[in-house]
Amino acid sequence: MTSPLQQKIKITGPSIVTANRTSDGAVIYRTAQQGWSVDLAKAAVVRTADAARALLAEAVADDLGAVGAYIAPVSIADDGAPTPGNLRERIRRNGVTIDLPVCA
Amino acid sequence: MYAYDEIDRAFLSERVSEFRDQVARRLSGELTEDEFKSLRLMNGVYLQLHAYMFRVAIPYGTLSSAQLRRLAAVARKYDRGYGHFTTRQNIQYNWIKLAELPDAMEELAEVGIHAIQTSGNCVRNITADQWSGVTPGEVDDPRIWAEVLRQYTTLHPEFSFLPRKFKIAITASDHDRAAIKIHDIGLKLKRNDEGRLGFEVLVGGGLGRTPFIGKTVNAFVPARDIVSYVEAVLRVYNQCGRRDNIYKARIKILVHELGAEAFARDVEAEWAQIRDSALVVDDDMVADIRSRFSYPDYQELPETPGELVRETDPHFRTWLHNSVAPHKEPGYAIVTLSLKPVGGAPGDATAEQMDAIADLADRYSFGEIRVGHEQNLALPNVAKRDLPALWRALDRIGVATPNVNLVSDIIACPGLDYCSLANARSIPVAQELTRRFADHDLAAMIGRLHINISGCINACGHHHVGHIGILGVEKNGEEFYQITIGGRADEGAVVGTLIGPAVRFTEVADVIEDIVEAYLALRARPDELFIDAVARLGVQPFKERVYATR
Amino acid sequence: MPLVKANVIVSDDFVQVADDAPLPDGAILISATRLLADAETILRRNGNTGVVWPNNRSVAELVPYLGRLAVIALVFPTFRDGRAYTQARLLRERYGFEGELRATGQVLRDQFVFMLRSGFDAFDVKKDSDAEAFCQVARRYSVVYQPTGDGRATAHDSRRALQDEDAR
Repeated sequence: MTSPLQQKIKITGPSIVTANRTSDGAVIYRTAQQGWSVDLAKAAVVRTADAARALLAEAVADDLGAVGAYIAPVSIADDGAPTPGNLRERIRRNGVTIDLPVCA
Repeated sequence: MYAYDEIDRAFLSERVSEFRDQVARRLSGELTEDEFKSLRLMNGVYLQLHAYMFRVAIPYGTLSSAQLRRLAAVARKYDRGYGHFTTRQNIQYNWIKLAELPDAMEELAEVGIHAIQTSGNCVRNITADQWSGVTPGEVDDPRIWAEVLRQYTTLHPEFSFLPRKFKIAITASDHDRAAIKIHDIGLKLKRNDEGRLGFEVLVGGGLGRTPFIGKTVNAFVPARDIVSYVEAVLRVYNQCGRRDNIYKARIKILVHELGAEAFARDVEAEWAQIRDSALVVDDDMVADIRSRFSYPDYQELPETPGELVRETDPHFRTWLHNSVAPHKEPGYAIVTLSLKPVGGAPGDATAEQMDAIADLADRYSFGEIRVGHEQNLALPNVAKRDLPALWRALDRIGVATPNVNLVSDIIACPGLDYCSLANARSIPVAQELTRRFADHDLAAMIGRLHINISGCINACGHHHVGHIGILGVEKNGEEFYQITIGGRADEGAVVGTLIGPAVRFTEVADVIEDIVEAYLALRARPDELFIDAVARLGVQPFKERVYATR
Repeated sequence: MPLVKANVIVSDDFVQVADDAPLPDGAILISATRLLADAETILRRNGNTGVVWPNNRSVAELVPYLGRLAVIALVFPTFRDGRAYTQARLLRERYGFEGELRATGQVLRDQFVFMLRSGFDAFDVKKDSDAEAFCQVARRYSVVYQPTGDGRATAHDSRRALQDEDAR
């Protein structure tokens, strides 16, 4: 399998690194403290390809804690907090866009 | 139902402990994700957008009430209280935790259910007509043979690392409900002129990026030779299938590149070497497997019982007309339970519904439930006199929507709401369409019309073979949908034709309404089905209607 | 990489020789190309010969030499590439190869059962921990469903035996 680090990294705006937690699959974000958080607000935001590469390398190195790390775009709200940059990431953060057949 | 014996139970328990060991090694760091991935996939464990997804097999679509109750219990205990029935006779749980999976598997194994080979590049769950063994006119029960092949392919030492996944489906009916022509191997049970039982074997069907309809490579393989024939096909594929490009790795590409005749010759040559070997399916084995399927002790019942005649509720009559099919035994019927309520997610069922259906199966269907590739369930053995009472009970739990085979009986994959491969959402599109076509009189007037929706080119929603197919794509970060018409998945399987440029999420329902209106205006007679009208008229009139104002 | 034979870790008597290196005395493992270029001379030398056979080449080509080859090493370039399972079964079951059939490349514990059933009897295992667990892993399944050349009784055979017992 091609490691995500072997792929060419190009970012077009503020970005974060996200993955799923190994033990339960929960969506997690790489923090600036070299850890993970389920809270997007705590994600480290990078703005250059080099910084993105470094953050991704650090995330990928944690094979035990996280699965499938990748770089995702974010928008920065007026209060400075990152918000998901596309529909897929919005769904990953906010959940499905439909009503579940049961009360969650 | 097929009853597991001690031998099968020992095997399942060994499988669970193997997976428990693999999960422990993954969680301790002994296995990297790269190493673990193929192992978890061979146990039906995917990683999706929000969580792990667990796909459990329902071989040939047959469940006992005890098994369905256990599926419900697992949904409650390890997931969020519901499950999703797929287009390949599986159920998926969307929120399972890796650390808890071995326990969930163990609970399923207790009732003879497993997730073996529901993913990975191996022979997947073997599917069959969901009406197997109860529909009139079959030469034999396809499930017997599906079980022969299920056992043969289970952890096959030679064929667990094929170039790509491999799907087999079986039917014995002239009307194909198992979509055998879009499978890697499609098997049609038949008798030859001498009355011997055997199979027409089709190879190389499949959807995805490059859709193909399967081609007949042998018009009659005697039933006793079916395992050696399948082994020959798998062996040729394992050696010659492409491994350089994942998009060209399915057997359909090999068959296409070699040509069906040349491929068939290679298979015949291999088959000649192994045909008279330990792979012969002897009468003993068939008798043993047959004896472990329980067949109900049918009573002699009137074809038109008083209970049925006296029930005049028009809603009941509508449901009876739509959802109840003839049975091979007089006085009995096959009842389809629609998992397509207006505004619902196609194929989803809650744990409460599953429990209630299991109870109804015990009361009215000899404890048996079926699962079809159209993402509906069925009770296969209902006495006709019980239909009114059953209908009321089904209606109370929301599975008596009389829309089977109609425009709102939509097949849809989970799409971008759940799936990490998806480019666009499927379920909200389906939901909106069910609202547009909620009026039953309108749906009945439109008649048989299958809409299939996939959220990406992998085509889990079988969009290519929907009478109307909807494929989600992404353009500049926005969801768009390509519309095809004229596809079909049955014995006349054909891939649909694209009508024009993709449309936006917000336009899809309008476009489908336009297509349906065009059909109503253009059909030659009220009983000319949509699919026949498209075959007669071609795509052009529909295309004009859709794009004239867009 | 530990070599496992008959359930235990053993030392490898075979020296892998590069295509351009001179052939030493003793047991050697050479490439398919080198073997086929001059098979008769190589197979006449003093010492056992083994060949590393790629997984995209027909094993039928080996038929003339099978009786004189001590080892055939088949290759698993990745865990997911299963061509060598077919090659192994053909060598054992169709062509009657009786020498050592060695699995090489990405050989991990989770393949051992498949490999044993396909006819492998030597395993160049990638991880020490997997090699140590070999014996335990190899016995993991008491039930198998399909007949292969390993001769194990299938689930169906066991059922028939039980029925015969009942009948007696």
